[in-house]
Amino acid sequence: MAAPATLDARRDADGTLTVSLAGDWLLTSPLPATADLFAALAADPPARIVLDGSGLGRWDTALAAALVALSRAAEAATIPVDAGSLPAGAERLRKLALAVPERSDARRASAHVGLAGQVGRAALRILAAVTELLAFIGVCVQSLGRLFRGRATYQRSDLMLAIQEAGAESLPIVSLISFLIGMIFAFVGVRQLEQFGAGIYVADLVAVAMIREMAPIMTAIIMAGRTGAAYAAGLGTMKVNEEIDALSSLGVNPVDFLVLPRLLALIVMLPVLTLYGSLLGIAGGAFVSLVMLDVSFVQYAAQTADALGLSSLLGGLFKAFVYGSLVAVAGCQQGMACGDSAMAVGQATTRAVVMGIVLIIVSAAILTVIYITLDI
Amino acid sequence: MTESPAAATPHIAVRQLTMAYDDFVIQRDLDFVVRRGEVFIVMGGSGCGKTTLLKHMIGLKAPASGDVLYDGQSFWQATDEERDAVKRRFGVLFQGGALWSSMTLAENVGLPLKLYTSLGPAEIRDVTAYKLALVGLAGFEQYYPSELSGGMRKRAGLARAIALDPEILYFDEPSAGLDPVSARLLDELILELRDSLGTTIVVVTHELASIFAIGDNAVFLDGAAKRQLAVGNPRELRDSSTDERVRSFLHRAASDGQRPAAGVH
Repeated sequence: MAAPATLDARRDADGTLTVSLAGDWLLTSPLPATADLFAALAADPPARIVLDGSGLGRWDTALAAALVALSRAAEAATIPVDAGSLPAGAERLRKLALAVPERSDARRASAHVGLAGQVGRAALRILAAVTELLAFIGVCVQSLGRLFRGRATYQRSDLMLAIQEAGAESLPIVSLISFLIGMIFAFVGVRQLEQFGAGIYVADLVAVAMIREMAPIMTAIIMAGRTGAAYAAGLGTMKVNEEIDALSSLGVNPVDFLVLPRLLALIVMLPVLTLYGSLLGIAGGAFVSLVMLDVSFVQYAAQTADALGLSSLLGGLFKAFVYGSLVAVAGCQQGMACGDSAMAVGQATTRAVVMGIVLIIVSAAILTVIYITLDI
Repeated sequence: MTESPAAATPHIAVRQLTMAYDDFVIQRDLDFVVRRGEVFIVMGGSGCGKTTLLKHMIGLKAPASGDVLYDGQSFWQATDEERDAVKRRFGVLFQGGALWSSMTLAENVGLPLKLYTSLGPAEIRDVTAYKLALVGLAGFEQYYPSELSGGMRKRAGLARAIALDPEILYFDEPSAGLDPVSARLLDELILELRDSLGTTIVVVTHELASIFAIGDNAVFLDGAAKRQLAVGNPRELRDSSTDERVRSFLHRAASDGQRPAAGVH
């Protein structure tokens, strides 16, 4: 059973403050409060302090930390400290901690920032992020320029691997989501259009919605979470591991070697996946319609074919191309700008997905306005 | 003005180099030369900017002012293409090896050969096997870096660094994380490379054993003074440097203003 730790301060007539520490000073047992003592030191500084440890039992860091805090407070008020009767070990630890004066520039001000300040900082961060993204897009365009002049150093096998990862390996998830989205649209359409006896127009609704809007945007969001995140995490880990430095020091441009294959893979594969997703969405819609409506497969197919024009198809594919570029750029930019720690890789991945999705939605809104204006 | 003879032009010359991160200056006005075929040590306490200096010499970080000259040719005034050409003349061993983790050892060592030589796949395989054998990793061609120990990764990184028979080899803390025996073997390998291929070697380290074992010349950087304190042979610096900080570093003793050697733990 441990004796409770106690702290007593006694002030003599000649201004000497005797601080008596007694009992077991252990990290695992309750410790006496020291705030009152420090307040008294600051308010009414004694002429000198004598530390009395004659009543001490067992002790560990708890004692040493209290002694150092007390000594620093005394030092600040230029009060001499006499550590006469402390245990030898505790006194050595106290001296060791006080041997090197605190570096005045080392301590960071943890100043409180007000609401306005926080809003301002957040705004500046967003501005900086936009600037970095635009700069990175510029770097990518330069890299594409080198590619077309045949002067970019990259491995064809890397490109093929990236295409496989972004393309073929995404098929299952894209199939599932697209089919379900098509079914959902058909359900909504059947309920509403049947009221007017226009059930067959579900085919138009599903086909147009999938090809023009839903397939590009859903596929892009899937790829932002799947491939964009993988790009950021992969490149970020390479950055932390000095692998990108190793490429640069070999005279290889890391953007050409690492970013270009990933960028090309997504730019090529997202329209292809979108086309595939549209077809599966239409199939999902057809499945629901054939079950719930009194239409034949041939009727439904003919209605779908009537609804689709080339402009819808090309419009949808162009959107997919834009989204694919944005998702790849966001993922690669965050990966290449990743910090030098394991935590930074996680942050870069999160930011890549968030940035990718925001860019998709913003560009979708802009493209929709442009399409309506141009009557596509 | 006549061209100075090749022998008089220093192989690598660091001229009035000031390094900074944004406004924070790391080192000011570094000025020293590395002669062809010598083992040159960049030494100094932790955090004094040794690795940052290496990054300036290999083109990963641009100087705030000053330049690095390779055979009298400016490195940082050059165009990107010219700088890339100079980079191919040297190999770098990074602190953790920095192997490309998605590639096998054979692919890691083979990539520089594939990019910058006209060798066919069979020849690349032979050269790769030979380089891995040199560093004691024969038979590990098909291993991925994640399957190797830290010391093996470092040796594989060395195999990649010497893939193109570079004129200059840079080492960043080669013995960090190695046991004393492995560290000594690596030192011997470094000397062997210098003696057999005539490679100029620049080593960033604070390991005293390595410094005295392999160093022909050295520069001592000081983090507090933010400048170089001495240039010369490390053994001579230890015995006769006029600067007390240099002598105490090389004697493994604390100098004034540094933390006294702790007697307690």
